[in-house]
Amino acid sequence: MNDFDAEDRLRFEQLVLPHVDAAFNLARWLLRRRADAEDVAQEALLRSYRFFRGFHGGDARAWLLQIVRNTCYTWLEKNRPMELSMEFDEELHLQTCATPETLAVAGDDRKRLTLALETLPPRFREILVLRELEGCFYKEIAAITAIPIGTVMSSLSRARRQLYSALANSSQGACS
Amino acid sequence: MRCDFADSLLQGYFDGELSGRRAAEFERHLRHCGHCATELVDLDLMRDRLQLAQLYEPATAELRRKINAPLHPIAATTVESWPLLWHWLAAAAALLFVAIILVTVGQGVHTDDYQAELAEEIVDAHVRSLQPGHMNGIASTDASVVKGWLEGRARFAVPVRDFANEGFALKGGRVDVIEGRAVAVLVYERNEHPINIFIWPTRERDSPARTGSRQRFQWVDWRKGKMEFCAVSDAGAVDLEQLHQLMNSSA
Repeated sequence: MNDFDAEDRLRFEQLVLPHVDAAFNLARWLLRRRADAEDVAQEALLRSYRFFRGFHGGDARAWLLQIVRNTCYTWLEKNRPMELSMEFDEELHLQTCATPETLAVAGDDRKRLTLALETLPPRFREILVLRELEGCFYKEIAAITAIPIGTVMSSLSRARRQLYSALANSSQGACS
Repeated sequence: MRCDFADSLLQGYFDGELSGRRAAEFERHLRHCGHCATELVDLDLMRDRLQLAQLYEPATAELRRKINAPLHPIAATTVESWPLLWHWLAAAAALLFVAIILVTVGQGVHTDDYQAELAEEIVDAHVRSLQPGHMNGIASTDASVVKGWLEGRARFAVPVRDFANEGFALKGGRVDVIEGRAVAVLVYERNEHPINIFIWPTRERDSPARTGSRQRFQWVDWRKGKMEFCAVSDAGAVDLEQLHQLMNSSA
């Protein structure tokens, strides 16, 4: 990356680096573990730096988040392939939700929401994170997650329903 | 019970993503649909709840540091065993920063920012050039060997000539990174004083030499044929000017 000229670097610093928080936040929610998210976010930033010349203006945040997302999925495929095939299963969720540990840590709402979000399959989790935490427009979500804009709305609908469901289950406080 | 509108339009309405026409259509529906009205309230409550929980996790300072490192390469390596020449070259690189920054960004920048930035850059450059990986160079008095080596790494044509007969012996070359770009460096020796010439492509027109000094180092900077040259040394200013003339006549 030494052949970057000062102008490129400045552009990168101005356009891409302001979105480091967004990059880490998305990675953290996709990978669920901070340490992994730090590694992958860093890798994604390096990758974006390397391919920055391929970025011809437009929405830098969406461009970066797309790279973060792809890097996260590649990482998951390699390291935790099971999570990618994970489906939201209310039955399963009911059985596993209320161990003494999860009940203990679900004391405050932040932990409860975190746990609920983390039980969602990555594809639904990411769409909620992008919409609710990152405040992305549908157009941006479509670009980042490579799904048609029409599908964003139906995916969000499903994701929100799953979140309600996960929260309802965890607040029941006991498994069947 | 769910309603058809709930799936197709409610999310978009809630997120403010519907066109005016479709939003109006949904609002007409909303007047008669208790389900959708409740659903909207739930969505709103959930959004507040997510916001209140402060789930957004920003990057840590440590991660930012790691991300910034390749942009401003800094090494914290120890340098006890590093040869004396490299120490000198490191100082020269730091000095070069002074030269470049003075020349290029010195004007119109707020003094405090400028000085802070300058100090930072100098320290960065100094530490960075002590880094083994950054100072790998080639020691050779053969101009074609040095030229071939540099061009394989710097990705631009570097004019290399040995001026041993004129008293400036070519000692080698290396590639450094100055302000994020690869810069070729020629190392000469004049009466046992090393001279570094930093060379990089520029879009600017040719310019006569500008000179300056800092501490015990002199620098001369000039542009010719879309290349910028900056020679730095503790050899005298006269020597640097002579080398400048030699370089210019050979380029």
